Amino acid sequence: MLLVPCPNCGPRNSADLRYGGESHARPDPATATPQQWRSYLYLRDNPAGWLRETWYCRSGCRRWFTLERNTATNEFRQPPIPGDKRGGKA
Amino acid sequence: MTGIGRRLRRRPPRYSAAALAWRGLRGDYWPRIWRDTELKRSYDAVVIGGGVHGLATAYYLARNHGITDVAVVDKAYLGSGASGRNTAIVRANYLTPEGVAFYDRSLKLYNSMALDLNINVMMSERGHLTLAHNDSSLRTMNWRAEVNKLQGVDSCVIGPDEISKIAPSLDTSSHPRYPILGALYHPPGGIVRHDAVVWGYARAADHMGVEMHQKTEVLDILCEGGDGPDGKGPGGKVVGVRTSRGDISTPVVVNCTAGWAGLISAMAGVRLPITTHPLQAAVTEPVKVFLPTVVVSGSLHVYISQTDRGELVFGAAVDAVATYSIRGSLEFTEELAGHVLELMPGISRMRLLRQWSGLCDMTPDYSPVMGFTPVDGFLVDVGWGTYGFKAAPVSGEQMAEAVATGRTPELIAPFALSRFEAGELVGEKGAAAVGH
Repeated sequence: MLLVPCPNCGPRNSADLRYGGESHARPDPATATPQQWRSYLYLRDNPAGWLRETWYCRSGCRRWFTLERNTATNEFRQPPIPGDKRGGKA
Repeated sequence: MTGIGRRLRRRPPRYSAAALAWRGLRGDYWPRIWRDTELKRSYDAVVIGGGVHGLATAYYLARNHGITDVAVVDKAYLGSGASGRNTAIVRANYLTPEGVAFYDRSLKLYNSMALDLNINVMMSERGHLTLAHNDSSLRTMNWRAEVNKLQGVDSCVIGPDEISKIAPSLDTSSHPRYPILGALYHPPGGIVRHDAVVWGYARAADHMGVEMHQKTEVLDILCEGGDGPDGKGPGGKVVGVRTSRGDISTPVVVNCTAGWAGLISAMAGVRLPITTHPLQAAVTEPVKVFLPTVVVSGSLHVYISQTDRGELVFGAAVDAVATYSIRGSLEFTEELAGHVLELMPGISRMRLLRQWSGLCDMTPDYSPVMGFTPVDGFLVDVGWGTYGFKAAPVSGEQMAEAVATGRTPELIAPFALSRFEAGELVGEKGAAAVGH
């Protein structure tokens, strides 16, 4: 179990949230080449260390938010700014 | 030790009942089944990862193509990753024609493995039941059965009556929350002793001159001519590997590192469509054999088999959160027990002996990533997610062919890294995973 620090609801069991995965800047669909778009869709950094990622608090505030987590130790850092919509999934 | 090593060079010992009796009576030591050698400065090929995939690749390089100047390097011991942590199930009842042809070849290689490698891998073709608890699952089972039949793989959909004849311990009544409506029955599926497969490949490869280097961690992959920093990245080529025991020069590096595949590929400047998730499994105390087949339920996220020792082995879906940590969780055990008891209420008093987890390299389409990359001489055999063990022999065979000929073999062409750029995914989620 992970204790995920939701910016609105405080620490929550990760089972209460949906994991959104790595957060990357979304290319502009109007100008992106198919190659850029598919890289954004599929390719991942998958580091063993600090990772910027998105979570959805599905049984609490029902908002997407961005966090940093160390994927080797599962500690969280840098509580996000409330209302931060970056990296949310469509 | 060196004396034993020299004797092993001259005459590889055959495993047989007569040899067992002879050595047992004489009280001899068995010779070590692979050598510990010094790391050379140069090899024709370096395989990173000493699991079944890496060892099979090295074995087939030596056996089918005569390339024996090969080093297999692993940061821990052979079979320390997913090769020793999987639930040892083999089957070929996949969903896509590409997947079925590929895994069917693997199953055939598993069938002849004991003779090929002269080691008892305890291959047990005990049959494989994939349960359907709703109409859409039943539809997928019918779909899989038809694709399988077309490819010459033995699969059929059966109803609850037949299921209870094959596996009477399953609750096939209409009482459970998710009653069993039918199942995809796949008689050639079964289980194999996974450690023996690792040792068999290592031993056979060693006899042909391949070197296994344990506790040798790869720190960097040396490239030149690429677009990125230090000559890495697309357009470049591999010139060597930096390990914790010194630099090796080599023109070919094969990445067979499963959960760590992304980290190794990043060393060559190649990005992969892979995230690393842990998968937890558990085993019960041993009891008399009562479960004759492998039982899988996608809806309940569980697969069950009974080992020859009598322990029930349980596997599940991967954990939802990507991480390199392999800590187990109580939620897993609770959920697993609930789901298993839904299927087999009769085992409620059994005790779990232990639980463990391994790392899975998950791809978006639940198919592997195999073959060449934009970096010349850097090949990948990764993205094996939750289905790597059953594919090890054929992956080794095909990867060895790719290394030796410089061309992608037809059987693995659909699994190339370039399919993601082209948008031609091979969707196997309906047959490869239980978590959907």
